Amino acid sequence: MPRRALRSLVFVAIVIVAFWAGVAAQRPPTIAAAANLNFALNEIKDRFVRERGTPVEIVFGASGTLTRQIQDGAPFELFLAADEAFTSRLTVAGLTRDAGVVYALGRLVVFAPRGSPLTVDPRLDGLARLVKAGKGALPGGGKFAIANPDVAPYGEAAEAVLQKHGLWDDLRPQLVLGDSIAQAAQFATTGNAIGGLLAYSLVVGPGFAQRGTYALIPDSDHLPLRQRMVLLKRASPTATQFYNYLQGQTAREIFRKNGYGVPPVAEPR
Amino acid sequence: MDWDALRVSLWLGAGTIAVLLPCGIWFGRLLAIRQFRGKSLVEALVTVPLVLPPTVLGFYLLVAFGARSPLGQAFQTLVGQSLPFSFQGLMLASAIANIPFVVQPIQRGFEAIPSDVRDAAACCGLTPWQRFLRIEVPLAWPGILTAAILTFAHTLGEFGVVLMVGGNLPGQTRTLSVAIYDRMQAFDDRSAGIMAATLLVIAVATLMLTTTLSRQVSPRRG
Repeated sequence: MPRRALRSLVFVAIVIVAFWAGVAAQRPPTIAAAANLNFALNEIKDRFVRERGTPVEIVFGASGTLTRQIQDGAPFELFLAADEAFTSRLTVAGLTRDAGVVYALGRLVVFAPRGSPLTVDPRLDGLARLVKAGKGALPGGGKFAIANPDVAPYGEAAEAVLQKHGLWDDLRPQLVLGDSIAQAAQFATTGNAIGGLLAYSLVVGPGFAQRGTYALIPDSDHLPLRQRMVLLKRASPTATQFYNYLQGQTAREIFRKNGYGVPPVAEPR
Repeated sequence: MDWDALRVSLWLGAGTIAVLLPCGIWFGRLLAIRQFRGKSLVEALVTVPLVLPPTVLGFYLLVAFGARSPLGQAFQTLVGQSLPFSFQGLMLASAIANIPFVVQPIQRGFEAIPSDVRDAAACCGLTPWQRFLRIEVPLAWPGILTAAILTFAHTLGEFGVVLMVGGNLPGQTRTLSVAIYDRMQAFDDRSAGIMAATLLVIAVATLMLTTTLSRQVSPRRG
């Protein structure tokens, strides 16, 4: 038995080495994208793949996390951030081709899942009422979901909105922070939080209508979520094509449909 | 169901075993039969990954081998590929995280062999290699088997270090456990559910296999 085992071990080792050489060789370009793009970007990607016949892979995450990974050498070719600060960090570090373009303008909504005591309105009066009634605490020890302001621009915007309405300090112990805006949305839509400040693009997505109610937050309440994308130095022709496609009419239409504002014409660099 | 992720997970498990088992057998045997100064420190170091949060390991690997560190840059120039965010880097991380799961059962396995047996084999004129392959390994086999299975099961379940060092790249570093997290975030509960069930079945099957095999093998230890 041990002999056979040794032989099979050697075999496994050889296979691994062979596999090693083969893996990663023929992968479609990998694109890093902020989590708020989950629905819109997949739709655009499907259109792109159908029209051009070349596949691309998308990895979603918080902009800050993805930026860190790119700085540490992650093999992404294109990066769609949720703001401009993270892309400019990469540009300053000399990792990008150029400063990139703004491809979409993000909006924030206040969302309450079905059965939540929270009523939604653009000025967050409903939330303020709940906070005041509970002297800071939310009904039933409930939580309120936002994305982590340190790594997710939508979280940063959410913090600004709560600050503006004077709710930040009282609400802080009740906040549950998602790793990305998608995780915050996960907390809020599954009823694990009484509500949250989420990306508009996520709540207009498929299946959200019956999960709860939402109200659009005025975009003057926080710094604009100017979502910028950059091609990284290693970008392949396919990644460049996709970058151009994202600025085209079809993509802009899909962005708009998914609750984004689009820049007038692809904004100058 | 993300078949790519299942493939990455299985390869990672198999690869970790292939890398770690030979080292583990050598080192476990050494710890079992040799006495030396500082042995308790070595044993403690071997066990450390068991109690260390995976993020600590992930942090050090990223700091040491990231694109911004001199070591990482040197590695990149030499091998032409960076270690973090690659399957190879993931395997290194997974190998380190699994050291205690390999060394400890193997050490116990070799410790259980009475030294008389080893001496008798030497008296019979067997060379050290023959002694090792024909006498010691068969006797320590239950420990070696346990080590292999534990490593495989543990690698499949690894999450924190995979996400940190691997970065969720489809087909390369997105293992099944990370894919579940990824699908959850994409509101794709159905896929997440299927994959979670798959991992549960694999985990139970692996543990059942361990019990069955060790029951079959142990009488030979006599």
